Amino acid sequence: MAKFTAKPKDLIHIDFKNPQTGWMDTPVDIREHMYCHPSKAKDLETVGFPNIHEWKPIDENWNLPENWKETVLNGIKERLQKYRSFHVFMDICVRCGACADKCHFYLGTGDPKNMPVLRAELLRSVYRKYFTASGKILGKTAGARELTEDVLKEIWNYYYQCTECRRCSVFCPYGIDQAEITMIGRELTNLVGLQLGWIAGPVANCYMKGNHLGLEPHTIKSNIEMMLDDIETITGIRINPTFNRKGAEILFVTPSGDLFAMPGIYTAMGYLMLFHELGLDYTWSTYASEGGNFGFFSSNEMAKRLNSKIYAEAKRLGVKWVLGGECGHMWRVLHQYMDTWNGPADFLEVPRSPITGTVFDNAKSTKMTHISEFTADLIKHGKLKFDKSRNDHLKVTYHDSCNTARGMGMFEEPRYIIKNVCNHFYDMPENTIREKTFCCGSGTGLNASENMELRMRGGLPRANAVKYVHEQHGVNMLANICAIDRATLSASMDYWVPGVGVAGISELVGNALIMKGEKERTADLRGETLPGKEGAE
Amino acid sequence: MKILFPFFAVIALVLLAVLGTAANLHFLFGVVIPYAALFIFIFGVIYRVLKWAKSPVPFCIPTTCGQQKSLPWIKQNKLENPSSTLHVIGRMALEVLTFRSLFRNIKGELRDSSKFVYGSDKWLWLGGIAFHYAFLIVLLRHIRLFAEPTPAYLYILEAFDGFLQIGIPRLFATGVVLLAAAAFLFLRRIYVPQVRYISLAADYFPLFLIMCIAATGIIMRYFFKTDIVGVKELTMGLVSFSPVIPKGVGSIFYVHLLLVSALFAYFPFSKLVHMAGVFLSPTRNMVANSREFRHVNPWNYPVKVHTYEEYEEDFREKMKMAEIPVEKE
Amino acid sequence: MSFNEFLSEKKPAILKKWFDAILDTYPADTANFLKKQKDRFANPVGSTIYSGMDSLLNSLLNDDDADAISKYLDDIVRIRAVQDFTPSQSLAFVFSLKDAVREEAASKINSPDFSAKLIAFERRVDALALAAFDIYMKCREKIYDLKANELRNMTVKLVERANLIFEARYRDIDLKDLVLEGNKSERGE
Repeated sequence: MAKFTAKPKDLIHIDFKNPQTGWMDTPVDIREHMYCHPSKAKDLETVGFPNIHEWKPIDENWNLPENWKETVLNGIKERLQKYRSFHVFMDICVRCGACADKCHFYLGTGDPKNMPVLRAELLRSVYRKYFTASGKILGKTAGARELTEDVLKEIWNYYYQCTECRRCSVFCPYGIDQAEITMIGRELTNLVGLQLGWIAGPVANCYMKGNHLGLEPHTIKSNIEMMLDDIETITGIRINPTFNRKGAEILFVTPSGDLFAMPGIYTAMGYLMLFHELGLDYTWSTYASEGGNFGFFSSNEMAKRLNSKIYAEAKRLGVKWVLGGECGHMWRVLHQYMDTWNGPADFLEVPRSPITGTVFDNAKSTKMTHISEFTADLIKHGKLKFDKSRNDHLKVTYHDSCNTARGMGMFEEPRYIIKNVCNHFYDMPENTIREKTFCCGSGTGLNASENMELRMRGGLPRANAVKYVHEQHGVNMLANICAIDRATLSASMDYWVPGVGVAGISELVGNALIMKGEKERTADLRGETLPGKEGAE
Repeated sequence: MKILFPFFAVIALVLLAVLGTAANLHFLFGVVIPYAALFIFIFGVIYRVLKWAKSPVPFCIPTTCGQQKSLPWIKQNKLENPSSTLHVIGRMALEVLTFRSLFRNIKGELRDSSKFVYGSDKWLWLGGIAFHYAFLIVLLRHIRLFAEPTPAYLYILEAFDGFLQIGIPRLFATGVVLLAAAAFLFLRRIYVPQVRYISLAADYFPLFLIMCIAATGIIMRYFFKTDIVGVKELTMGLVSFSPVIPKGVGSIFYVHLLLVSALFAYFPFSKLVHMAGVFLSPTRNMVANSREFRHVNPWNYPVKVHTYEEYEEDFREKMKMAEIPVEKE
Repeated sequence: MSFNEFLSEKKPAILKKWFDAILDTYPADTANFLKKQKDRFANPVGSTIYSGMDSLLNSLLNDDDADAISKYLDDIVRIRAVQDFTPSQSLAFVFSLKDAVREEAASKINSPDFSAKLIAFERRVDALALAAFDIYMKCREKIYDLKANELRNMTVKLVERANLIFEARYRDIDLKDLVLEGNKSERGE
């Protein structure tokens, strides 16, 4: 038997025999807990994705289709012709490095290929080799390299370690947006059948059943009914929302995570209570039961296919306009893509709050308004009564979701709402919020369980800022307007900053909202007894 | 290798010019190459821009760095989240003239050995802006060589540039700043490990080239003075398309000229096109009003969707059971 | 010079050696970025580890209680527990504190009084290692908990409902009444 010889000194000095090599010569090291499992064939079949095959990220052989290289190169060519963004971004980077330490994955993993500039160079080097004169002639000297299986694997590995959060784009002197490049890189991987299960599953569900979680119509209804039961217990008020009702004034669309997952359901309870209190003429839809869009994380076309349901349903039901719930990437899509894909929505009217009469001119063409815009307007007009003390057990900070921050610019509305429904609000340090906000580390379909270590590392920069206000001000609740945040920041907080919960803003609204005819509340929406109300009944 | 190759490439260019003048190839180096370089520069850049412009902008994807236009009582940040063309012009002007985004740069640091914070880091911005403005002014100063009589504004420019009033000929601050800023950008590439790691030969080459151009320019002006009258004769000849090769212009001038020509010719095929590209960057030059006005994608095409009818087909019984209205009973 | 005086005098040097040792555990690519004096603190990983080590040394100097010490240890271990290390690699950094101290103490080691103190100190480092092991295990368990919890968070309402439907049928009462009843009893009414 071998002697036990482990010496701490040996352990600590991990010997990296290879002298440090340039990034092009450092092969990708695909590690477990850092990637998500591949998709199931049936999910890809449902939506008709090409080149479906069995493969495993850690295997040497990925069983790529025979003409994979041609497919990828043609894919690049087609996209250069279709997207000026992609074409320009492939050419103008000067590698100044301003983006390098802006990426949460780089900050959390230290892996140099997670610097946005290098993540882009992975693809840019291939672009140079096949699409530029200097790259064809000078090769490596011009930063060009052959597209090999290893290069494809590398692109796959790092383009699924990017959450398309756009933080790099804020700091880039030319606005080069890695999100844009990642989207295209991911489309390329999709062309050769390299998709994640955690993306393909929700996509297939959403396509067939209307939402990522695959809730069927009766389940959606019964889930909401359960929330109604809870609301009745807490407030004594029975709410009766409608589903797929023709002739309603407003169609309400929210991410399906709000209907099902913790703590999203509390946010949904907040919506239900708010709309009831207003007497809003609105309906839920079981067909357009998903605001989010995991198609957006696979391809532009898939995103459009899923998104089509919102306008189609609005038209079928004959509503006047659409109101959208709290979700990050959903709003990137609604704000910057939906109208272009599936508009013009000329069968709808410009959103107008039936309560305050405010016309939302900023949504004049898309005809879809954000719940925070809607709620902030109500509060400003004094249409809601709040008992802020019902949120006194919470010391709240606000996490700007990447997409509503950098793909929309919604900074003040949510803060205005929080300040009106909570007594204790503390913003995180300036350079970690608003347009400089850090990603939760799990967006763009990376919120699986198997890549938990990647998620924790990517979530560290955000968690660090939360920890700061947690220690400084005793913050114990991280408010946000994103369903993925609600799901994944819960895990991230639990690991990095135990004692901090996660809530949608509408949950905080629901807590504070004084409803006509309600009984004295003794619990918040989570059923937790309010301070000072112990043994009140 | 990434550093040595471009370094020797620039040295080779210098030697080439020296040898060329020694071999009496003045016409080649003084006329043919500069014309060719300018030709490549102009048509190369136009070609690049047209090629970019040919790719459409399918989606409205500005990166929003400030409060959106929403409710009237919420103050919009018009420069960081522009909702009109005028705002975009303002945003682009800030970006192009003041390097707004670089100015935003932040860096993490540990304070009092326990607090990790992100603080402002303006060094790259400072280096970048010094470099580009110095380059611009140096370039403008050279108009003197291509215009007769010298335009009045050049005197003003030179008065500012030479405000230090040191030496004869008067020291132009921009020449020194250009050299220093280029050296800073070079040292930064060597010294900052991240930047070193991402740098390519194509990043060092233009820096060496520009440093060499600035150095030869400074040498000509202050040390081994070139026959400026002869130079102007040559440049005026070039600009009036009646080239002449004056006598007595030293080889250092031809070195300077060849390096400048190399820079011009290299420009369209390299990252230097960022000068033109920044204007075409969709994340910066678009109006962020995509919900207010519909953006049209020229290649938008119909896609296969799962219709409500198909959906109801799948779930009709369950919907009826749950008392959810259906189209077909 | 007492051992404690030695420690506080040499603290900066010890801290530097100790921190350098932990940096050596990172892959060349990563460590290279952390090596530069300025850059190592430019990211939350490097700076959290550094400030954790700094505080740990202070705590050892001040003979702080176990709670304070494990808080700082926690900061470091929590990060290392989600990085690409085997458990032993994750925790070996604790022992390299001994090396750092011994290197600084080379000239004094002959004094019997000093070396006795040194050995006592090293015992404390060993205890630290055991505490680190506990924390490491807690972190790893937490990771698995998170994986399980996410699944539970996503299905909790389904399971709850399935249970209730069954119970309502079994007791032949209306589902709604059962929920209301359940909510009341949950809150101890």
